[in-house]
Order: sequence, then C-alpha cells, then structure tokens
Amino acid sequence: MSDPRAMYEQVILDHNKKPRNYGPMPEADRVIDGYNPLCGDSFKLYLKFDGDTIADVSFDGQGCAVSKASASLMTTVVRGKTRAEAEELFQLFHHMLKSAPDAPLDEEKLGKLRVFSGVREYPVRVKCATLAWHTLHAAIEGTVPDDGPVTTE
Amino acid sequence: MAATATKQEPPAGDAAPYDVERVRADFPILSRKVRGHDLAYLDNAATTQKPRTVIDAVSRFYEQDNANVHRGVHYLSQRATDLYEEARHKVNRFMGATVGCETIFTRGATEAINLVANSYGRGLVGPGDEVLVSFMEHHSNIVPWQMLCEATGATLRVIPMSHDGELLLDEYDRLLNGNTKIVAVTHVSNALGTVNPVPEICRKAHDQGARVLVDGAQSAPHIPIDMQALGADFFVCSGHKMYGPTGVGVLYGRAECLDRMPPWQGGGDMILSVSFEKTVYARIPNKFEAGTPPIAEVIGLGAAVDYLNALGMENVAAHEHDLLECALAALRDVPGVTVIGNARHRAGVVSFVMDCAHPHDIGQLLDAEGVAVRAGHHCAQPVMRHYGLPATARASFGLYNTRAEVDALVRGLHRVREMFA
Repeated sequence: MSDPRAMYEQVILDHNKKPRNYGPMPEADRVIDGYNPLCGDSFKLYLKFDGDTIADVSFDGQGCAVSKASASLMTTVVRGKTRAEAEELFQLFHHMLKSAPDAPLDEEKLGKLRVFSGVREYPVRVKCATLAWHTLHAAIEGTVPDDGPVTTE
Repeated sequence: MAATATKQEPPAGDAAPYDVERVRADFPILSRKVRGHDLAYLDNAATTQKPRTVIDAVSRFYEQDNANVHRGVHYLSQRATDLYEEARHKVNRFMGATVGCETIFTRGATEAINLVANSYGRGLVGPGDEVLVSFMEHHSNIVPWQMLCEATGATLRVIPMSHDGELLLDEYDRLLNGNTKIVAVTHVSNALGTVNPVPEICRKAHDQGARVLVDGAQSAPHIPIDMQALGADFFVCSGHKMYGPTGVGVLYGRAECLDRMPPWQGGGDMILSVSFEKTVYARIPNKFEAGTPPIAEVIGLGAAVDYLNALGMENVAAHEHDLLECALAALRDVPGVTVIGNARHRAGVVSFVMDCAHPHDIGQLLDAEGVAVRAGHHCAQPVMRHYGLPATARASFGLYNTRAEVDALVRGLHRVREMFA
C-alpha cells in the first residue's frame, strides 16, 4: 500500500482550498442534502435544469478535503451534461473507486476524475469521495428520500 | 511472561518509577511497523491493544480447557467453570464490589446498559416518570433510554454542559425531582476526557429516590474505580477497552437492585427449572446471563484485570495524566490547533480540530506517519453539535503510550499544516 499522503493529489488540495461552484444558488430547481452519517460530512447540492440538461450546479457545506474536492470537481464536469451523461460519469467514477487499487483506468473517459484513483487504497475514504456524486445520482434518478438527506449508507 | 504482568501486588509508594518500556514489551503489537514507522497507537478510547498475558489466556483456554460452563459433569467443563467464575471474582474485586453476585458478564458495555434499560427500566418506569442523561453521553448511553421512554411514556431530560465540557450541576439540581427514576451518566467522556463528579451525582440522585447508572467504559481502564466510593447503583464497562478481548462487558449492579429486576433475555443459564406452565429463574448473577456466555473472553478479561492490578491503577492514571499534560502543552504550540473541552478534571483524551484541515484528513496524514488517532463524531453527536463541529480528531492515551509518541503526533500535525495551510 502506498503512502497515504500520495492520495492527496495537487488537484485535490487545490479544489479543497478553492472549491469551484461553491455557494447557494437561489434560482436552483432542486436543492438536495447529502450526508455521510459515519463522519458527519454534509453538503447541499443546487441544480438548475434546462430541459434534460444540467444548466447550472453548485454546492456548499462541510466535509474533508476528499469530499469537498470531489464535490467541487464534480460540479465542473457535469455542468452542461445531460442527465444520462452525468449518470454515466457517476457510474464510471463509482466503478473506479470500487475497483482494485492496481486495476487499469479508463483515463480517456474519466478525464480529471482519475485524480481520485488513489482513494481506492483506502476503502473508508471512498464514501468521502462519492458523497456528492451519490447526491447527484439520487437527484437524477428521482430517488431522494422524503424524510431526510441522501446518505452514503 | 513479562515481568510487569507477574507481579501480584501493585507497587508500593516507594517502588521504582513507572517503567513504560517494560510495559510496552508486554504488548506484541507495539513492536510492529505501520507504513514504515514505529506504531504510535493513540486510539485507546476506541479499543486497547492486548498484553501477551491476555492473548495467552485466551489461547490457553481454547488449547487446554475449552468446554461449556455451569452444566457439564466432566473435567473440562468443571475447569472452564472454575476459570470463568475466577474471572468474575477478579473483576468483582477490581471494581470494589462487596458481594460476588453483583458482577454480571454481558457481551459489552452497550449490552449492559440495554439490560438495565430493559429490565430495571421497563419494570419501574412509566408515564410521568423521568430519565436523566447528560449532554456528553456516548450514543450507547442515550439511545437505550430514548427507546425506554418511547416504550413507557416516560420523559428523557438532558443535563446540560458548559463550553469547557463540564456538567452544569446547578441545572442537574433543577432537573432532579421525585419523578426522576434513573440518572444515566458517563464517568469519563469519550469525546472530551471530562471526569464527571460521580459521587456527587449519585448522592443527589439518591436523595430524590432515583437510581444511577454510570458508563465506565472510559474510566475503568484508566483511573482507579471503587463502587463503594462512587456510590453508583449500576456501572458498566467494556472488556476490549480494558486491554481484554472484544465481545465481553461487565454490568455491576447493587444486589438489592438486581434482585428486584426481572430477567431480560431468556434461555440457558438464567433458569432453575422450566416447564411449559412455569419457569423458575436463577438467582443473580446467573439470572442475567442467558445462553452460553463469552467464556474465553471472560477468562481473557480476568487476565487483563490481573495485568492492570499488577501495574496498579494509580500508577496507570498518573502515567496517562503525564501524557495528557504533555500533549495539551505541545498542542498549544501547533498553529491552528484548537483543543475541544477544557474540564478541570479530565482523563487522557484530547479532542482537537485544525483550522486548515478536516479531522478525516488529519487522521489520514497522521496514519502516514504511523500515528493512529480517531477522526469523527466519536458516537457522541450531541457533543459535536454543542461545539458546532461535525467531527474532531482525537488522541486517547493508554498505559503503554510514551512522550515520544506525543512528539510523533505533534510532528505529524506540523506536516498536516505544511500540506493544507
């Protein structure tokens, strides 16, 4: 197993320090809460749709560097995507994180998202990296629970 | 067998100073490397490492003595029963219980609390009654009481705490009344390290006719405990936090309380006779030990108690207090670190946050240095909410930790700053 510090790629540190698309969106069509009960990380995801397309997306809340950077990077890659395209990215991202640490990566399709591949070595952090994505997935699938946030459990 | 574990009596006042290196030699796991570094295990509030004597006691039981207890007429069953009951005797003395039947083995401290909530609680708590818990409880000492209140119509009330992490005893006085049936309070907070004034809490509760359950999961392994001095009616602790095996816990209960309580779980050892018309229950402690108990684990816990006695709990407490003072002073010098909680009386637990990094990231980066700490809400979410935090990083000390390990923690935190600040 590699040095745990190696998981923190420069891109992750940068997005943690300067998260993109951070802050509430008053004109959002949907506001969804995401929550990791294991560690208390909590994000709000704001989505504005133009038909089937994610016209705008932002987030705010609190979490570790991995969860915040993942949310930040996610907002940059799903803006302008259709629901189906965003869902495909979620599946790709999720599949990468669940794969073996030495499994080959589909670098072309994953693009910038591959900076999170180091998280595969630390299963307990996978939920950090996927919190915002699970929230987006539930919003796209229409499976946001009525009685609480989307959770990683 | 190591020297420290073979002593039969605690060292006298003029004995040699606490020799932590000799203690460390008793714990095989402490010699292993983690990520290329010496392991600095500072997560003792979650679970403790095991001395060779405990590991050997469990192995020896399975290799030499394995049989069920209290029922066989054959040699091994008698042997297993003797070892099991000998462990009860050891735990009983360790806790300062005066009556042998007051020590009940459970699967853990959580099960022990649930036992009291379900047996004592459901028998004696009803609508209009009140149960008091403190703001700094672990979830295990909140949820069973919430469930009891939901089932019986009783009301759960909460003793508030100050920003320093001390219970507000004036508020406690105001909350206590003739309707209070149970006060459930932790001896030592797992999230803040606060040592609560249990004798005073018990005295005041008894004045109102209430019973007190003390969660000793974080005190029994770290400071001397004495049921007579504490005055608790119930006291629970956890084997794996006392350098013993997982899967075993202890419920101490005053005989006069336990005698009045109905059994909680049915089956196995808790009966004298069964017919389809009527079951006659066993006397305490067997009344509360249904089914095959965790035999090897209880015997291992007995070995852990021997180990603690050999070191002397006063010595353990003094050593851990030294580490606490050392850590608090060192953390003050790390820029951006804030220690959470500042109680006057505290055990060796330090919860902290950093301005530049989330506790999870702190934990991960410390792990890169071989330093094991906890990061999260520590199953004490009300405490976290009190401070407006989702989580903290927590270093918790045990009898084998050293000042060098505190230094490793501090070095690691400086590295966290280098990366995140």
